[in-house]
Amino acid sequence: MKYFALIWSNLRRKKVRTTLTIGSFAVALFLYGLLAAIQTAFNQGVEVAGVDRLVVRNKVSLIMPLPVSYRERMLQIPGVKAVTYATWFGGYYQDPKNFFPQFAVYKETWLKIYPEFKVPRGEWEAFLQDREGCIVGRKTAERFGWKIGDRVPLVASIFGGVWEFNIRGIYDAARSEDDTTQFWFRSDYLEERRAWGKGMVGWYVVQVADPNEAARVAEAIDGRFANSPWETSAESEKAFAAGFVKQVGNIQLLILVIGGVVFFTLLLVTGNAMAMAVRERTAELAVLKTIGFTDASVLWLVLGESVAYALQGGVLGLAAVKLFTLRGDPTGGLLPVFYLSPGKMALGLALTVAVGVVSGIIPALLAMRLKIVEALRRV
Amino acid sequence: MVRLDDNGDALIRVRNLDKTYRRGGQDVHVLQGLNLCVDEGDFVAFMGPSGSGKTTLLNLLGGLDLPTAGSITVAGDEITRLSGPKLANWRARHVGFIFQMYNLLPVLTAFQNVELPLMLTRLTKPQRRRHVETALALVGLGDRTDYYPRQLSGGQEQRVAIARAIVADPTFLLCDEPTGDLDRRSADEVLALLSALSSRYGKTVLMVTHDPRAAERAEVVLHMEKGALVEGTTSGPERSGPASKPAER
Repeated sequence: MKYFALIWSNLRRKKVRTTLTIGSFAVALFLYGLLAAIQTAFNQGVEVAGVDRLVVRNKVSLIMPLPVSYRERMLQIPGVKAVTYATWFGGYYQDPKNFFPQFAVYKETWLKIYPEFKVPRGEWEAFLQDREGCIVGRKTAERFGWKIGDRVPLVASIFGGVWEFNIRGIYDAARSEDDTTQFWFRSDYLEERRAWGKGMVGWYVVQVADPNEAARVAEAIDGRFANSPWETSAESEKAFAAGFVKQVGNIQLLILVIGGVVFFTLLLVTGNAMAMAVRERTAELAVLKTIGFTDASVLWLVLGESVAYALQGGVLGLAAVKLFTLRGDPTGGLLPVFYLSPGKMALGLALTVAVGVVSGIIPALLAMRLKIVEALRRV
Repeated sequence: MVRLDDNGDALIRVRNLDKTYRRGGQDVHVLQGLNLCVDEGDFVAFMGPSGSGKTTLLNLLGGLDLPTAGSITVAGDEITRLSGPKLANWRARHVGFIFQMYNLLPVLTAFQNVELPLMLTRLTKPQRRRHVETALALVGLGDRTDYYPRQLSGGQEQRVAIARAIVADPTFLLCDEPTGDLDRRSADEVLALLSALSSRYGKTVLMVTHDPRAAERAEVVLHMEKGALVEGTTSGPERSGPASKPAER
């Protein structure tokens, strides 16, 4: 710590270069934070997936429905604890850009299977009493300024017409990574009003009694409906969510490539800045060695400087991106769970330090190996 | 007293010192079989033409470089056997360096520059502060502690460099052309300071210089030529006369 003043003084030596180098780190870490938040948003379904839940969809495609009668038949399969279902509504509020997910849900078991969603008992009771009632996630309610009791019209792009709903409750989530942008309304209301596809649902969610038996239960479900007009494909919720992400593309790889390029560029920028700093200070480093600083202390001084650049920029970038993500989804609904977790921030900080060390290591080694007599001769 | 023979109790003992550099595929013998003894408290000036090996000798005495052959013993430590961190620690404890170009760190204040050698010690911050303030007061810059080198004159910068050299109370001081970049008045101030350090505080001072007026301040002036001591004279009217003869080889 007693060398801190020395490191700090060196950082202030070339203010423009220091500012630009720190700025490079800040921009890179801001980008890292954004990519991490986007990755979290895409993987949110995978991360929060319940280990005891199976998703059962039409074997042909997710957009093909399944008969509502399957629920009772699934309940008879050993290992199945509860079954619920939902149907994608695909509406919008006022403008097609106002996207958020709306599901017609089976009210009897929906919350039992998704205990992570928290709805005050009174509000849920009110929802059960009102056929046109709906429950809205906190984020969506805040986004549109909705409150309990409001009557909300949605344009139904799939089923046609304008559907009106009464907001009977607002749900919150147990975990920050849970999605609170959803809009649930009663499946019996959908069944009553829709002109086509009656008696069909979008997909089922099955709760299994023992998560270790999930694979066997999934196989049993698919076996039960094999060779029927509506064959099923049952898989764990995690696998279902992962498959959903894959449909968009290999987001993980994309993020890794972009992140890798950014950090590699950063490595070059900082490495160059540190190399210049060491070259300019050859005589000063020789003086330090002359008065008794060991080769190792000179190495740590240069590395400390490099890491100090990195940390300042890194903290700045991470703080900025954290503030940015606190404002929520910047896309208006495409990334419902958009946040930067403490784990990702810690990883960002660790990456920052690593880049600081790697970019400073060659200049630091050069400084360490500096021959005093030769360096002093250059003064 | 500076001697070329060895009576065994000198502070600095140099024996058969050789230094050879390889330049352009050829060996350049910078020092050849040099012998020297310096007692504690001596103020010695080395003079001689460029390339005579003065600075090389100073570098070897300060442990900045290693000889090709021979030995240097300072206060009982044979420094030519030391290397790496041990040699660095030895330098920190025993040597104060003063350079022609002052070599202060421009981003540090006078106080911080002088404090540098003390950062290698176990002194606490308040102890370091006391030492630095004493050293700066000794060189007459007690009121310039927060000045950066660019805010000081050349003479003041060199005095800060002297304060840095003495702050850790080293065994001896090595000065390489300490007045080479100064005007006459500043040079006299610096030389007076070095003389005082030797005469009043008993510091051993070894100085390389081209300036005869600077050399006059030393008790002994040793002349070097082609890597060997060729002549020695005592300085000052009361001490004039031969101090040594060229080493027999």
